[in-house]
Amino acid sequence: MEKFTKITGVAAPMPLINIDTDMIIPKLFLKTIKRSGLGKNLFDEMRYDDAGAEIPDFVLNKPAYRNAQIIVAGDNFGCGSSREHAPWALLDFGIRVVISTSFADIFYSNCFKNGILPVILPQEDIDKLMDDAARGANAILNIDLESQTITGPDGGEVSFEVDAFKKHCLINGLDDIGLTMQKSDAIAAFEAQNATSMPWV
Amino acid sequence: MTAKTLYDKIWDAHLVSTDEDGTSLLYIDRHLVHEVTSPQAFEGLRNAGRKVHAPDKTIAVPDHNVPTTLDRLEGEVKNEESRVQLDALEKNALDFGVHYYPVDDIRQGIVHIVGPEQGWTLPGMTVVCGDSHTATHGAFGSLAHGIGTSEVEHVLATQTLIQAKSKNMKVEITGQLQPGVTAKDITMHVIGETGTAGGTGYVIEYCGEAIEALSMEGRMTVCNMAIEGGARAGLIAPDQKTFDYVMGRPHAPKGAQWEAALTYWKTLFTDANAEFDLVLTIKAEDIEPSVTWGTSPEDVLPISGTVPFATDFNGGKVDAAQRALDYMGLTPGMKLTDIEIDTVFIGSCTNGRIEDFREVARIVKGKKIKSGMRAMVVPGSGLVRAQAEEEGIAQILIDAGFEWRLAGCSMCLAMNPDQLAPEERCASTSNRNFEGRQGRNSRTHLVSPVMAAAAALTGHLTDVREL
Repeated sequence: MEKFTKITGVAAPMPLINIDTDMIIPKLFLKTIKRSGLGKNLFDEMRYDDAGAEIPDFVLNKPAYRNAQIIVAGDNFGCGSSREHAPWALLDFGIRVVISTSFADIFYSNCFKNGILPVILPQEDIDKLMDDAARGANAILNIDLESQTITGPDGGEVSFEVDAFKKHCLINGLDDIGLTMQKSDAIAAFEAQNATSMPWV
Repeated sequence: MTAKTLYDKIWDAHLVSTDEDGTSLLYIDRHLVHEVTSPQAFEGLRNAGRKVHAPDKTIAVPDHNVPTTLDRLEGEVKNEESRVQLDALEKNALDFGVHYYPVDDIRQGIVHIVGPEQGWTLPGMTVVCGDSHTATHGAFGSLAHGIGTSEVEHVLATQTLIQAKSKNMKVEITGQLQPGVTAKDITMHVIGETGTAGGTGYVIEYCGEAIEALSMEGRMTVCNMAIEGGARAGLIAPDQKTFDYVMGRPHAPKGAQWEAALTYWKTLFTDANAEFDLVLTIKAEDIEPSVTWGTSPEDVLPISGTVPFATDFNGGKVDAAQRALDYMGLTPGMKLTDIEIDTVFIGSCTNGRIEDFREVARIVKGKKIKSGMRAMVVPGSGLVRAQAEEEGIAQILIDAGFEWRLAGCSMCLAMNPDQLAPEERCASTSNRNFEGRQGRNSRTHLVSPVMAAAAALTGHLTDVREL
């Protein structure tokens, strides 16, 4: 997993609430057996018309936001499916940070496994960042995970909370499986005890 | 001893370790695998030279991509990408030695129907799958939830999951349901109350007289949609109905182990004075047959209602509601019963079980679906299909004009040939009405099986109680 320390990039505003995983990556693109290559179909049904041509009004099709690395979104981003194709598609497009008042549980967790930082902020901060993001190519945000701060184009600073363990893994690009395998003795002990107390499991 | 909720008890019984910051390693008793969210996980194992830690606790079933037409076994799956994904699941299952139910096995079906049916899902277990509707298994008093593919790989490699504990929420449904009101209406009504983010950060325990009165099938329907309310999982305490359902299933314990298991399962309830972080109480008699009008599962109204105006809402929901009205092609103020339907889909992990089909057959027996209506019933498993045929239900459905299909996820999510064309409008017993869910620009109204049956007969959304 790619490490995440600091990002300075363009933020795209997506004020719609309840942006679901079917919007982020429609199911016809879930048939891949790879993690890569999904960026071109990110937000496919909002981004392209029936003939496959770009819809100019969609935010990521506008010249100022084509290289956005940050999305500022409405409430409850990522609701719906557990599909990790959603963060894979965001990452493949180049998005490294999503900022919202709230995220769906599984999506939130999936982001951290893929080097994407989901940031939860109160509505008043989101309103301000949404205004910043509306400035197009001038909508540059600086996100520093180490200090847990976001700096806007006017120099205003917002701080955010993040789980200490998830932060540690993201900053160091750590593989969860490797970490858990260091606890293989504890897992074996649990299994040995369960084999006696609950043999039907 | 501190009083515990059912969730607390299952959580504590599966803790392998807890770090100082509260991050815990949870042991996983059952891992269900399907073809869409697992190939990258198995590839990860191969690349790292790792094995599946507990293949005997891992069950693989193809469901999302499989065609449901009767000729599916005669040739290869026509869609190349679907075929590659199905082939990958078979190869991975065989290479890594996990339990596998291939497409031509009568036990094949939707993974969340196969798990309980085969006795893999038992009370008190932790159950995960790379699929959000894993919440279904909570009906057995097991802690069951969806995970992403990175976590699928983590569970395959270690049989554990790194988790932070959720908060406890109680949803109590008091009293008795009115005739014509079903488990589906309960779960939709609750989401209408909480919103799709109302359960975020919580595990919900459903309880109360109306929940206790439900069959296991109905309880699975309720828990299935816990995720649509944003909850990590939904739970119902096991009782005699649970034990009766589980007993004798192929992978349920037998003999002395059954007795030991039963003794343990009877301890799986929320202690009398345990505290919940949030409580929602709903009177069963206040629940009507429910339908969705919009593109979020929270857009729920009683069938007696009218399509709302965007200005009925507040905040970000105003724009979202306008977008939903435009997408759904609905006029605010119109009666829900005036919405015309051209397709009916009955099936999915929400409503693809035998009881659902019995109820549908009861409504449509001796009648014909509306002329020009496309209506299909898709069993949740090959065994459900066989049972429905044995009970004569299948023939009643066929005589009424329904297509009677083979088992799979079908039109719930349009990853297989069962899809809606743009602007087609479907009364669907599935769980999501998102934009594009059943096909690009398709329009979905979520309903119970009996409400879907009623719409199939009349050609428009219909109050089943008035048939």
